[in-house]
Amino acid sequence: MSEALLEVEDLKVHFPIKSGLLFDRTVGHVHAVDGVSLTVDRGRTYGLVGESGCGKSTLGRGLLRLVEPTSGRITFDGTDVRALKGEPMRLFRRRMQMVFQDPMSSLDPRQSVESLLVEGLKAHGLHKGKAEAQQRLRTTLDAVGLPASALHRYPHEFSGGQRQRIGVARALVIGPELIVADEPVSALDVSIQAQVVNLLADLQDSLGLTYLVIAHDLAVVRHISDTIGVMYLGALVEEADGDQLYRRPLHPYTRALLSAVPIPDPQVEDRRERILLAGDLPSPADPPSGCRFRTRCPWSQSRCAEQRPELRAFDDSGQRVACHFAEEIHSGTLAMHEVRTELVRPDSAPAVSPELITTRTDLPAP
Amino acid sequence: MPLLDVRDLSVVFQRKGTRPVTAVDGVSFTVEPGQTVGLVGESGCGKSVTSLAIMGLLPRRGNRVGGEVRFDGTDLLTLRPRDLRDRRGRDIGMIFQDPLSSLNPVIPLGLQVAEVLERHQGRSRQAALREARGLLDAVGIPDPARRLKEFPHQLSGGMRQRALIAIALACKPRLLIADEPTTALDVTIQAQILTLLKDLVDRSGTALMMITHDLGVVAGLCDTVNVLYAGKVVERAGRHDLFADPRHPYTHGLLQSVPRLDADRGGRLHQIRGSVSDNIPWPEGCAFAPRCDRVNDACIGETVPLAPTHRGGALRCTNPVPQEVSA
Repeated sequence: MSEALLEVEDLKVHFPIKSGLLFDRTVGHVHAVDGVSLTVDRGRTYGLVGESGCGKSTLGRGLLRLVEPTSGRITFDGTDVRALKGEPMRLFRRRMQMVFQDPMSSLDPRQSVESLLVEGLKAHGLHKGKAEAQQRLRTTLDAVGLPASALHRYPHEFSGGQRQRIGVARALVIGPELIVADEPVSALDVSIQAQVVNLLADLQDSLGLTYLVIAHDLAVVRHISDTIGVMYLGALVEEADGDQLYRRPLHPYTRALLSAVPIPDPQVEDRRERILLAGDLPSPADPPSGCRFRTRCPWSQSRCAEQRPELRAFDDSGQRVACHFAEEIHSGTLAMHEVRTELVRPDSAPAVSPELITTRTDLPAP
Repeated sequence: MPLLDVRDLSVVFQRKGTRPVTAVDGVSFTVEPGQTVGLVGESGCGKSVTSLAIMGLLPRRGNRVGGEVRFDGTDLLTLRPRDLRDRRGRDIGMIFQDPLSSLNPVIPLGLQVAEVLERHQGRSRQAALREARGLLDAVGIPDPARRLKEFPHQLSGGMRQRALIAIALACKPRLLIADEPTTALDVTIQAQILTLLKDLVDRSGTALMMITHDLGVVAGLCDTVNVLYAGKVVERAGRHDLFADPRHPYTHGLLQSVPRLDADRGGRLHQIRGSVSDNIPWPEGCAFAPRCDRVNDACIGETVPLAPTHRGGALRCTNPVPQEVSA
């Protein structure tokens, strides 16, 4: 019965790397999102997890065309979003809104809450008379659990959790169908996280919203999502129903990720089996050939370097995985091997040779 | 005798013309040799200020530090800055949250590790660099000989944190203070660093004081856990007791409010109402009272004392969560 609200096909977002003093030469591309296909059903929550630098935020922004995708297809409720231009695109954004990670930097400190919310209404031509707008603001604030008196206050007067509620209210006041929430709770304290997570769930129940939640915290994502997609270096490596993903992680990266999340229970922690990944995320400017994960994968084979695995159905459970050897790893016929740690540069810029920098080596003892 | 004995530590920040802010309000705890002790709390509970006060790293002006910090019998708070510097880095090592801002960006890594050895153990530059290479190798940095000449920006976040651990452990300190050592890192890198820390601490017998907001990290690492709220310890217990049977409503609420990866997906998460700023000053009652579900008349009026519990911990609550009957 589920109906797709958002369909993404082979979406790519590449950023050029510029170099040169006088002329901007493009010397390469950062493959931030490199061929992602996914479907978000109406009224459901799709959770996107991955570590920093895997392209999950860029994907979220690319979907709303806050960054322009390089190629691929985005279909929102039957409309090809990438074909829209100018005014139609702007008006289309009314149907999809975004909630950002850090409510302090995404809210203008010099605008009152009222002004922040009214701005959106006006931009989308929804401001039809003061009385009606006021009514709408009050309903929205009520929905996110803020008092009407909040209208005349400024972001700094609120606590972190309340600010995130304002961020949600700002997205909500327009009446969107899809909300892309980029790390909605990661800037918040543990006791406040639960408040915002519950709020998002309540709003979905009462308003029938569709969410794409982007987060690095697997436990939070699992709690709120119907479907979870795991990203690694610009591509989805596995996609499954939340419980299924935890019960039967198929991709080596998912297995490592799940085993790395600390669980607040000493008895579980003492007994758990951990798959420690060697090294760091390779640079998305120069991704490994074939399977992106092969440099850190304890199961990698020679085929992994030659051929990039497609995201494919594992069985009829709806679980999809991008690994050549998912079956062998799952059945245990393929054994793990040592992975030698390779050092990865945090940035792809050419490193300055140490000889060129004069350093004081005669530092006095402090 | 405990290795570190913090007694009634308090830190009050005051600038001219402003109201004083009590960040740490009479915190007491001990760390035994070789033990791992956790300090857990949300932002603003005073956990980082506690560690800075122990190390004598608070700014010189604008604050008053009270109480005692006995390290191996000597009160660190009364030491002259010179003597304190001799101890820091030699007897007590420290790892901070953000490895990039803790390392000097314009000095090669090798010298930053070697500097500690030269300063505290009087090694020559050559000998110190040789030893630094071994240290980088011990914390799992590949190709250490080449890394010695490199600068912090050339390393990834996880490698920088490893380098920082190498610096902190260079002189084989008896106590290592780690202030949110993995908060800036991704989970898979966090798992690497925590495994490394656990391994090093086990092997060298160094005591570890772990400051974190992540209950999962504490569960896997700490022998004893101190839960802080608004500058005071509200509960102290061994890790098995604390997680199996939290008695303070705050600890209980915190544990209930984290979604667990291994639990079934329930409906709603338990939430603690209000926020950290909704508190009443300790002298007028329990600071957690405005957010507490179990609040009663005894919570307001006077300070709730920290009372020892029969399981060897301590609890600051007039109406604790009843002990669960084990089935």
